[in-house]
Amino acid sequence: MAKQYIIGVIVSNLSGVLSRVSGMFTRRSFNIDSLTVGETESSEFSRITIAFHGDEEVKDRIIRQLDKLHDVKEVQVLDKHETVIRELLLIKIRNKPETRQDIMTAVEIFRSKIVDYYPSSLTIELTGETSKIDAFIELVKPYGIMEMCRTGIVAVERGERCLKTVK
Amino acid sequence: MKISGAKIVVETLIEQGCNTVFGYPGGQVINLFDELYLCRDRIKHVLTAHEQGASHAADGYARATGKVGVVIATSGPGATNLVTGIATAYLDSVPMVAITGNVPCSLIGRDSFQEVDIVGVTMPVTKHNFIVKDVSELADTLRMAFKIAKSGRPGPVLVDIPKDVQIAKCDFTPESQPVVPYPLSFAPDEKLKEAAELINSCERPYIYFGGGIIAGKASDELVALADKIDAPLGCSLMGLSAVPSDNPHFLGMQGMHGHYASSVAEDEADLVIALGARFSDRATGNLKRFAKNFRIVHIDIDSAELDKNVSANLSVQGDIKDALERLTAMVEEKKHEAWSARIEELRSDEARRIESARSGRELDPFAIVDIVSEYEENANIVTDVGQHQMWTAQRYPLKKPRTFLTSGGLGTMGFGMGAAIGAAEATGRRSILFTGDGSFGMNLNELATSVTQNTPLTVVIMNNGVLGMVRQWQTLFFDKHYSNTTLDGRKTDFVKLAEAFGAKGTRVFTKDELRNAVQESFAYNGTFIIDCAVDCDEFVLPMLPPGGSIDDIITEIK
Repeated sequence: MAKQYIIGVIVSNLSGVLSRVSGMFTRRSFNIDSLTVGETESSEFSRITIAFHGDEEVKDRIIRQLDKLHDVKEVQVLDKHETVIRELLLIKIRNKPETRQDIMTAVEIFRSKIVDYYPSSLTIELTGETSKIDAFIELVKPYGIMEMCRTGIVAVERGERCLKTVK
Repeated sequence: MKISGAKIVVETLIEQGCNTVFGYPGGQVINLFDELYLCRDRIKHVLTAHEQGASHAADGYARATGKVGVVIATSGPGATNLVTGIATAYLDSVPMVAITGNVPCSLIGRDSFQEVDIVGVTMPVTKHNFIVKDVSELADTLRMAFKIAKSGRPGPVLVDIPKDVQIAKCDFTPESQPVVPYPLSFAPDEKLKEAAELINSCERPYIYFGGGIIAGKASDELVALADKIDAPLGCSLMGLSAVPSDNPHFLGMQGMHGHYASSVAEDEADLVIALGARFSDRATGNLKRFAKNFRIVHIDIDSAELDKNVSANLSVQGDIKDALERLTAMVEEKKHEAWSARIEELRSDEARRIESARSGRELDPFAIVDIVSEYEENANIVTDVGQHQMWTAQRYPLKKPRTFLTSGGLGTMGFGMGAAIGAAEATGRRSILFTGDGSFGMNLNELATSVTQNTPLTVVIMNNGVLGMVRQWQTLFFDKHYSNTTLDGRKTDFVKLAEAFGAKGTRVFTKDELRNAVQESFAYNGTFIIDCAVDCDEFVLPMLPPGGSIDDIITEIK
């Protein structure tokens, strides 16, 4: 049965690595829901977090194909129940007197914050799991979204468990 | 001492044990070719007619020996001309290092003359690739390229070297030894025990092996297992030559144009033991209908092949030679009498079907293969792609691993000339290229290379005036609409063509003429074309229709 998997991938911090990883998904017809990449505590490595949908067979194929890439050092499936998963949203909404209070209330309830205030627009920053971000976007849609930008998922496992390569 | 990047390339190639490279010069590799000139007594460069030919030659060199084949081309079109050859090597797991020049670093990204992002282009068809922008990293990058190419499941690696990096100078210390591949991983004991239990409890085992047996040097271990558990052996196209064709357990290639007996035996087996093979669609037919009746044990060095095309009951990752050795020690010695009797029945059924399907024409394809093989000893048997390839694969009596060179995974028409030249260069033995008038037409310019090199090469053209394999599909599935598969308008005279290139050639219509031509060619230390007249309605049989299964097997076309 298809479900969402989130994997952490440690790769060499070299140019072209992202192409190799994303190219593997394209070439083999695997779909990516979300992909983020950033530095790790070591300058030698980057960490890519990828979310995708598929059944267990697809998940295994993806992991084995990733493992084969020379610049991929470690691939780990993150257990969703044992993982802190976050995404960041920056969203710019129309600032009108008649809706301002409703927006403020939503900002408060979602524990987000206003990071830019302009007479005609409000920019809000929100972090959380994907479902929370989705819910917030749905909620503010009627007020007029001017633009938005989300980072995609980053994730680390709870407790002592870590991806090992960087150590 | 500081030496140029170009010299570092040549010195590193020599250090890695490479004594022959194939290639073609150009603007962005002039420096490299200058060093090849200066070092010409230590490393041979074979100039081809086209970079594609050079890439197939490096591939043929590697297939015939197991060593890493090296090809050199300039930037832009030189580099893109390598792509088909690199992809061919990738699909068939052939160790290769492709070296390309590129425009100087300062011109990269500006659409400069003959600039192409060859690293980007070849990413999906290489095991790995590099662009070297700092001369101090050049030697180690090339060493890493060799290491990756020959480690685990082999494959091609490309190293792109901008011109300024070839010119820049840097200290260089040669290594005393070629790089050692990454250590192999070995199959876990408990997995092999499970495999042994499945084998011990089965009644109708069938071994399906692939090119991994050749790459993993596991031919003897494979035969030992088949002997001990009394199992018939069938293989993919890439597996051919791993065991001698006359091995009593060997049923031949299976799949789309495989032997009837091996395809049926696989279907009737209760356990399929897949070894160094990847269940390609050409070997299995329709996957939905494949493996309904049998269980599967799959052993391969590449974990990404496990459960990729077929979900096995037991998947084991590890070096095939070691795994087979240990597995054979664990299994019980068995005789499967009923199963062996059934296999014998299939064999004689097959022999009858083959004879009845043969056209009876004087020079039918099997007669050509039989006659050539009668006189041949110890040659590299090379094919192009199409009907002639399947006829050769089905019929040629192969004796030793690495003596059958064919483009399996990519099915590259035009592979043969380059590969035959590369194999002859590598082994010092004659190459026999079986080709068709279609495939040969794709890269016949490499006659210039084989003549220059005095390559002992016999080219057997099964000339039927059509693109026979596609035509066969058109006959069977497209109401005989022979769209663009008829070549008789070409009027190419291959004998005159041979002469024009400085080779010899003759056209044959009968068995006796062919016998004479084969003998004459074997006595001639150079390129000899035998243009065999073949009827355009000779078919490759049996045939599992594309997307079909064993139930749809065609063994006769009326």
